[in-house]
Amino acid sequence: MELQRFAYDNRLSRMFLNATMFWGFVGMLVGLTIALELVFPLMSSGIPWLSFGRLRPLHTNAVVFAFVGNGMFTGIYYSTPRLLKTPMYSQTLGKIHFWGWQLIIAAAVFTLPLGFTVGKEYAELEWPIDIAIAIVWIIFGINLIMTMVKRRVKHIYVAIWFYIATFVTVAVLHIVNSINIPVSLFKSYPVYAGIQDALVQWWYGHNAVAFFLTTPYLGLMYYFVPKAANRPIYSYKLSIIHFWALIFLYIWAGPHHLLYSALPDWAQALGVAFSIMLIGPSWGGMLNGLLTLRGAWDKVRESPVLKMFVVGITAYGMATFEGPLLSLKSVNAISHFTDWTIAHVHIGALGWNGMITFGMLYWLLPRLFNTRLYSKKLANTHFWLATSGMLFFAIPLYFAAFTQSLMWKEFTEAGYLRYPNFIETVVQILPMYYLRALGGALYLTGVILLIYNLVMTARSGSFVRFEEDEAPALRTGKISGEKGHRIIESKPVLFTILALIAISIGGLVEFVPMFMVKSNVPTIAAVQPYTPLELHGRDIYVREGCYLCHSQMVRPFRSEVERYGDYSKAGEVVYDHPFQFGSKRTGPDLARAGVQSGPMYKPASWHYNHFLSPQKMVAQSIMPPYPWLIKNDLDISTTNRKIKAMQYLGVPYPEGFADKANAHLQQQAYEIAQNLRDNGIQIEDTKEVIALIAYIHRLGRDIHGGEKVHFSER
Amino acid sequence: MEAIFFLIIIGVVVAGGFLAAFIWAVRSGQYEDDYSPSVRILFDQKKPKKKKDEANSIQDNDTIDKKKEH
Repeated sequence: MELQRFAYDNRLSRMFLNATMFWGFVGMLVGLTIALELVFPLMSSGIPWLSFGRLRPLHTNAVVFAFVGNGMFTGIYYSTPRLLKTPMYSQTLGKIHFWGWQLIIAAAVFTLPLGFTVGKEYAELEWPIDIAIAIVWIIFGINLIMTMVKRRVKHIYVAIWFYIATFVTVAVLHIVNSINIPVSLFKSYPVYAGIQDALVQWWYGHNAVAFFLTTPYLGLMYYFVPKAANRPIYSYKLSIIHFWALIFLYIWAGPHHLLYSALPDWAQALGVAFSIMLIGPSWGGMLNGLLTLRGAWDKVRESPVLKMFVVGITAYGMATFEGPLLSLKSVNAISHFTDWTIAHVHIGALGWNGMITFGMLYWLLPRLFNTRLYSKKLANTHFWLATSGMLFFAIPLYFAAFTQSLMWKEFTEAGYLRYPNFIETVVQILPMYYLRALGGALYLTGVILLIYNLVMTARSGSFVRFEEDEAPALRTGKISGEKGHRIIESKPVLFTILALIAISIGGLVEFVPMFMVKSNVPTIAAVQPYTPLELHGRDIYVREGCYLCHSQMVRPFRSEVERYGDYSKAGEVVYDHPFQFGSKRTGPDLARAGVQSGPMYKPASWHYNHFLSPQKMVAQSIMPPYPWLIKNDLDISTTNRKIKAMQYLGVPYPEGFADKANAHLQQQAYEIAQNLRDNGIQIEDTKEVIALIAYIHRLGRDIHGGEKVHFSER
Repeated sequence: MEAIFFLIIIGVVVAGGFLAAFIWAVRSGQYEDDYSPSVRILFDQKKPKKKKDEANSIQDNDTIDKKKEH
């Protein structure tokens, strides 16, 4: 058969590679900053956009979507054309993808520290950015699928399957979880409420781990590990089996993030069962990767690239063993809300994603610049810094998690909590937080070495823009000459799939709000909507990222009921758009902070002083001060729109209440401010802190016989 | 708990899509050969110039091995 000549264009890989280095540095620098803020709480020195609650979403978004995202695209744009023996379908679409993605990240860098957030972990970005993500992602997918259609090899190598699964599933996850009702350009409310929102969020959150951090990187592993070791994958058959098993199992495991919550038991059990089953395909991938190096361990000793791959794949195996373990209810009872979660995700992020990315970059960049790596010694140093950084990060946190969790649960012989003061359990683990910051610093130092090494490597060579290759046309023959829509027409199956995707996106956006709104019917008669002031307070709570350190989900354990109050129920949160269960207790749970007779209640004056200086109220507190809440006036120009959006979402405010909402708000603010003034605090009614206090004092109140809210009379 | 049924439907649709892809893959003979694709990817890279290839091969073991095989 006649050979066709063509050339691979390396520019997209190079662009994404540069972005990976840049955002990797930024994301990890922010990570180190917030790790230090936990041990030096006054570090943010009253600057809102430097506070932990605002920088933490930036850290997670930058590392997941910017560092790992760009890393994945680097590898995909390099390996896909070579595996399919054709250039990428469209260089233009690739460029739109690149610049679109960088703009989205830049938007995140500005909006998240400014407090524009939806308040759902890893899905914090506000609705205009969400739309941009969906568009850019679909552009990426079209380019990927069309390259596959144009391919010259009949067989689709397993890495490509992983890329395709990534595209399809992330598109669905992102769209379903991001259906929000806008209030203004940078504020929106999710259509789902309470436990429903929690379920959708963790279905998304878990599968973001599966299909953004796992499947694309397994694809990269299946390409770059054999290439770097110059030997075929251990078992191609296993790679196919574990691919299909992995994608069929992963999507059902999400509920394991909501164990012991108000989610129905059968849903929790479903999540646990699928999580346990996931060990199979996950370890299939790990073993396949590691066994590829059998008989080649002498190469591993010599090559920093292979060393990084080995540690990366091992970390993947450890994290995917740990995941199912954490999904067991008895283990989860100990691990949930502790630093174990943080350690677990960092084994995944620093170990698996980080190491695979670094190995890939060290292998790839010299090839893109047709030269040798500037310094193998530096790369080896980076390897040790990264490995020890990861261990210094994770091991102290495991220790901290066990220590703190057991302290939370310990009773005296007389039946009282041994450590009723939450702060005791925090002080106990602070040394571990220092070590974690040290681990982060080591890891970041390694990344700086990587950047220096790669820049010097690039300087010593010259960029190879095109690489020529040749291959016979695909046997069907007719494809290569056709363009654009003709190809789709000749492929009825593909056309149907694309049409289905388009229709289901449109259908979802139309149908979900209607469907979900009806379902937010209260199941506890005493539970009422938030007052306008409380609603504003709640938005401030979300804006400041309070949910990143304070949960609002009391689990049905004696130790928790004793410490916080009655366990949480699904019917309490039916007006919560978004839910605020949280996933980490750096500070105590707040679900019962408004129950006057409960152990968590604090008067308004305490809260005022606490926001001004937490250390004044709790000497060893690691919470940062929030002076701007006391300085800033509450923006009440949006009240009307917020109430209307809530009404649209099915929250039963009386007809026409939106117009009277500000009067109601001012009355309530006056009462709280008056209470503060009676306690000798000079404050005007209009400050933000008043709204936040109002919200905190509402938490848990309705089901504990709190005073009924009157929406009509004021 | 409407959300859970909603998610199950979406889950089934996505899984169904993958199932269709799987059936297509099997029927179109994607998996008839479960060995050679893994070897083929190692040979697909043509270096533009022979001379540069020499310089490249000192870089690490993999290229040295490749030379042996050639």
